Amino acid sequence: MAHLLEVKNLETRFFTEEGTVHAVNGISYTLDEGESLGIVGESGSGKSVGVLSVMRLIPSPPGRITGGEVIFRDRDLVKLSEADMRRVRGSEIAMDFQDPMTSLNPVLTIGLQMTEAMELHLGMTQEQARARAAELLALVGLPNAADRLGDYPHQFSGGQRQRVGIAMALSCNPSILIADEPTTALDVTIQAQIIELVKKLKEKLGMAVIWITHDLGVIAGLVEKVAVMYAGFVVEMAPVKYLYRDTSHPYTLGLLESLPKIDAVTKQRLIPIEGLPPDLLKEPNSCPFAPRCRYAVERCWQENPPLKLVSAHHYSACWRWEAARQDAQQKTKTGAAV
Amino acid sequence: MSQIDGSFGPSALQQNGSANEPLVKVRNLKKYFPIRRGVLQRQVGAVQAVDGVSFDIVKGETLGLVGESGCGKSTAGRAILQLLTPTAGEVFLNGQNLTKMRRTELRKQRRRMQMIFQDPYSSLNPRMTVGNIIGEPLFIHNIGNAASRRERVQELLKLVGLNPYFVNRYPHEFSGGQRQRIGVARALATNPAFIVADEPISALDVSIQAQVVNLLDDLKSELGLTYLFIAHDLSMVRYISDRVAVMYLGRIVELSHRDAIYERPLHPYTQALLSAIPVPDPEKEEKRKRIILEGDVPSPANPPTGCRFHPRCQYATEVCRQEDPEFRNLGTSNMPHMVACHHAEKFL
Repeated sequence: MAHLLEVKNLETRFFTEEGTVHAVNGISYTLDEGESLGIVGESGSGKSVGVLSVMRLIPSPPGRITGGEVIFRDRDLVKLSEADMRRVRGSEIAMDFQDPMTSLNPVLTIGLQMTEAMELHLGMTQEQARARAAELLALVGLPNAADRLGDYPHQFSGGQRQRVGIAMALSCNPSILIADEPTTALDVTIQAQIIELVKKLKEKLGMAVIWITHDLGVIAGLVEKVAVMYAGFVVEMAPVKYLYRDTSHPYTLGLLESLPKIDAVTKQRLIPIEGLPPDLLKEPNSCPFAPRCRYAVERCWQENPPLKLVSAHHYSACWRWEAARQDAQQKTKTGAAV
Repeated sequence: MSQIDGSFGPSALQQNGSANEPLVKVRNLKKYFPIRRGVLQRQVGAVQAVDGVSFDIVKGETLGLVGESGCGKSTAGRAILQLLTPTAGEVFLNGQNLTKMRRTELRKQRRRMQMIFQDPYSSLNPRMTVGNIIGEPLFIHNIGNAASRRERVQELLKLVGLNPYFVNRYPHEFSGGQRQRIGVARALATNPAFIVADEPISALDVSIQAQVVNLLDDLKSELGLTYLFIAHDLSMVRYISDRVAVMYLGRIVELSHRDAIYERPLHPYTQALLSAIPVPDPEKEEKRKRIILEGDVPSPANPPTGCRFHPRCQYATEVCRQEDPEFRNLGTSNMPHMVACHHAEKFL
């Protein structure tokens, strides 16, 4: 079966005065119809640049997609003309940003901003578009939806703005919704509301979702598949249950170990990942995680490990994935015994 | 009617009924910010950011203060350190009343209480070297001479895990985690007894957070520090705190030993807050039941009548709309569990 979206060896660089920033270094993943993918990484891991490249929203200059393909419904988005790309954006692949306040125009009403896209993309009349906008706002759970079309972005709270952002993203029935850290700026109780909402919408509308986050907690109960990014590489990718149980990359393991367990009865000292985040100006020709890795051996400094299949549906880019996995499984076993 | 005031016995607010005097005593602390309107800038209302907060912190203890944005936790931290002048209430450090002090006296006391800020980017002056940033408190408080200050700065850099060789570098040459270490070193310069850490890790990457938390933990046992740890990350708060206070709209709604708060929360808001935390374990996530709170936090300029949580509370009854719940002890005198809810008994 053909995939809905297939990203192959996508590579994005930023050419700056200080040198070339290796933001995304040949990442590959697939997304099927109605599937949900979580992309996890810290700042500078390339998680946002990766999806912005898929949407062709990289500011250029200084950025440029320097290689790879993005196959969406048998078309390579990287080679599409700007006019064709504009038709894909919003109507087929839609994006929801971290704080819609920055992506919404502060001097135009929500109603106007929502209807604009629908009139353009779907050829609706103003009346039809307004009716649909009210319908969408109700769908995302905004109280008194129809009355709020005349309001400006600042009249909404953070959680409500995120709902408006999602409503706008849904306006043209996209087959993929990309959510870039939609809950990072929100409080936990509001975050829980938004997560519930996206889950419900995904089920109802049958769209595929790419959820970008730095929080391994948020996606645990939300997505089917997870890709972990570090220094512009996908270092591990697996179905969500395997990723947390059979962790096969030292970086993923490190992230999990540095989180305190909310249900821990005894206080176990946190194990931080030592060292500093990677310098993206350097050409990556050894494993980017090697300087911070407690499993690192000579080979890690000489050869950058490729992302390869290590067990069913489970990919890891590590020469020593077996050692990491053994420790991870040991940990879940002892954790379960307590 | 009143939530808690000075008449409240100290024992119930303390960790246990032990006789030792708490290091920090906060009594009915209030901080209102005036809302002014019109040409004459007449005051038309007030944002009740902190509205009657009381607790004790004993020496060597870490009290975690959690709540969502706008609940007043940062304002409370600043008002305790007298960085904001409280509208009402009292704060005692080592038995001395900070709110009644003259400026010169207060200044002397500032050595004993310091703050670690949230944003390691905006809280360090970009035009000062690391040495000058860390040495500034020593200079201001006239401690030692130039040579001994230099020595102390080197010592502090080592203490927080930075190379003393970095002393002449500028903040921009450091990563976020390293900058936060510089902020910690500055806070420690005057040998304080009490430190307010205002979301010290929320601006850092996950892999770096644990480094800073471990550092704070080590320093606490090494130097015998007492912390007020303000945060919104509830799993980290459980990890680092001995006791936890939960704030909602300017008030503390629940305060107890960390395990009591997390194992058996008695306030519906605490319950919702805990259930909302995502757990990094798909199998547990599948089984969990979430309490989804409706709506947003009301404005602290116009808080709801009665219990401030009642418009979002699934257990709210008529009494919650009418009467402000008393902040009372439902634990034992040795193991107090303070809660401000009319219906808390049903969760016992």
